[in-house]
Amino acid sequence: MEPVRNIVGRALPLARADVDTDQIIPSHWLKRLERTGYGPGLFEAWRKDPAFVLNDPRYRGATVLLAGANFGGGSSREHAVWALLDAGFRAVIAPRVADIFRNNALRNGFVPVEVDADTVASLVAAVRLDPATTITIDVEHATVQAPGVRATFALDEFSRTRLIGGLDDIALTLRHEQDIAAYEEKRPEWLPRVR
Amino acid sequence: MATLSEKVWERHVVRRAAGEPDLLYVDLHLVHEVTSPQAFAGLRLSKRRVRRPDLTLATMDHNVPTNDEPAEEISARQIDAMARNAREFGIRCYPTGDPNQGIVHVISPQLGLTQPGMTIVCGDSHTSTHGALGALAWGIGTSEIEHVLATQTIAQTKPGTMAVTVEGALPAECAAKDVILGIIARIGTAGGTGNVIEYRGAAIRALSMEGRLTICNMSIEAGARAGMVAPDQVTFAWLEGRPFAPKGAQWERALDDWRSLASDPGATYSREVAIDASVLRPYVTWGTNPAQSVTIDGVVPDPDALPDDTRESARRALRYQDLTPGTPMRDIRVDAVFIGSCSNARLEDLRAAADVVRGRRVRSGIRGLVVPGSMGVKADAEREGLDRIFRDAGFEWRDAGCSMCLGMNPDILRPGERCASTSNRNFEGRQGPGGRTHLVSPAVAAATAIAGHFASPSDLR
Repeated sequence: MEPVRNIVGRALPLARADVDTDQIIPSHWLKRLERTGYGPGLFEAWRKDPAFVLNDPRYRGATVLLAGANFGGGSSREHAVWALLDAGFRAVIAPRVADIFRNNALRNGFVPVEVDADTVASLVAAVRLDPATTITIDVEHATVQAPGVRATFALDEFSRTRLIGGLDDIALTLRHEQDIAAYEEKRPEWLPRVR
Repeated sequence: MATLSEKVWERHVVRRAAGEPDLLYVDLHLVHEVTSPQAFAGLRLSKRRVRRPDLTLATMDHNVPTNDEPAEEISARQIDAMARNAREFGIRCYPTGDPNQGIVHVISPQLGLTQPGMTIVCGDSHTSTHGALGALAWGIGTSEIEHVLATQTIAQTKPGTMAVTVEGALPAECAAKDVILGIIARIGTAGGTGNVIEYRGAAIRALSMEGRLTICNMSIEAGARAGMVAPDQVTFAWLEGRPFAPKGAQWERALDDWRSLASDPGATYSREVAIDASVLRPYVTWGTNPAQSVTIDGVVPDPDALPDDTRESARRALRYQDLTPGTPMRDIRVDAVFIGSCSNARLEDLRAAADVVRGRRVRSGIRGLVVPGSMGVKADAEREGLDRIFRDAGFEWRDAGCSMCLGMNPDILRPGERCASTSNRNFEGRQGPGGRTHLVSPAVAAATAIAGHFASPSDLR
């Protein structure tokens, strides 16, 4: 994973609530075997509408997605995060991000930023007024800033360290291999083994 | 004092350190063809092995055709990759054609692999299903799959606890599906975010294991990390004698342990919700998320009459679903009926649908699919003659798989088609681009197939 310290960029005002992962990347894209190349499938169904905000040339090159409450609910598909990354997005700002999406995002250096609905509304208004508005997400201090807007968001110490360090989760865990082996010694005998 | 989920969590902590999520041991890792190929590729790249192939089980369910049609080439490649990865990494796999193959969340409880007190993960959000037996089970993404394959552990922040207590007796026409749709209608699609829901109360205790599996399955539709039911006699009776259940002295030891899992009296939850089962009715969703539902006696709601924060979603949903406010649900006609999925494709579900269908015919022009959740369920149903009942009524009787739940195999709706479905998601395009999904119980799905419009079994008499 690449280290992520700051995200400075323009934003796309999606501004819809309950955006599920089936909308972010429809299921037929999940038949692929790769981690990359999902960008063209991002919001594939909604994109067919010429008026859909992702088709608006004023927002081309946006790296921050502004969404409504409960973003990324539904399916556990990490492909949703891969599609957003592949299309150039680095963070989502929403009043609430679904649990599995949040986990997947953090493991790919995609920053889930939960702020209150009023802050999201202010950012959406600012960006609609001037699509060139720059939003700055500071991962180290867990803050979001735009002209006239400043907010903090929750980011636990561990996630912050991993994002900033671009650390490999598996290598981190394998440092505790002895703890894992010790745990395995005391598991109850009746637990099932598949083979 | 601890709740059920806290007890299971604490038993699995491998390492705890300040400022870090707990590192939890995973007792069972279920794998399917769609979300795993990139994880195996990652292992290969970093020259890592699967730490515990004996605690890892793979099957094929999402992509597989459930009739004799060949899989689309791109799906076939994914199915082949699953078989190849299982061979290379020494994992047991139940491929298509195997008598144990089926939807991952149907086969594991059926084989007795899912047991109380276990931690179970799978690259699929409906892993919450397994909580019905008192396991702590949740869906993970592909990076986490790779992590579990390599380490048999997962780093997770401790979730909150939420009690949903359902007291009273469920009316005759209501099924477990109606209980969970009723719960989601009440708490919303984010009502459980950050929490493990524990379902409690007399109405939950009175449910069969299959009904509890349906309820826990849809915990994720309320945004919850997981859903659980404390193990009891229903759980033990379900498990006894199943292939992977403990035997002899081990069974007795396991029973003693499992009896200690229930939440302690006086344990507290971060949130509590009470539901009266006796006022529930069969539910039908009208919108494009599982909280957008009314009872079958209801009408399509007017978005203007809904709370502020749901109005815009409701408007968009009605446009997508092509529905007009005020339309009675019973007046809405369907093009297809799907009885299947990890929500409702176990034997009890098929029996409930067959009881309604017996001696009747599917309304002409309606495509009706019955897709057992596993080849094991299919064999059991055929022993009871349920296949004949469905076929005689005009339903297609299929092999096991996810089928028309998610639009990843040949079973999809055409744009604009409307479907009464026993699955768990009514998202836009879920059953195929432009398709319109309405979630219902197996009995309502069956009655709808006969009537041609949404109907409960009593409407047919």
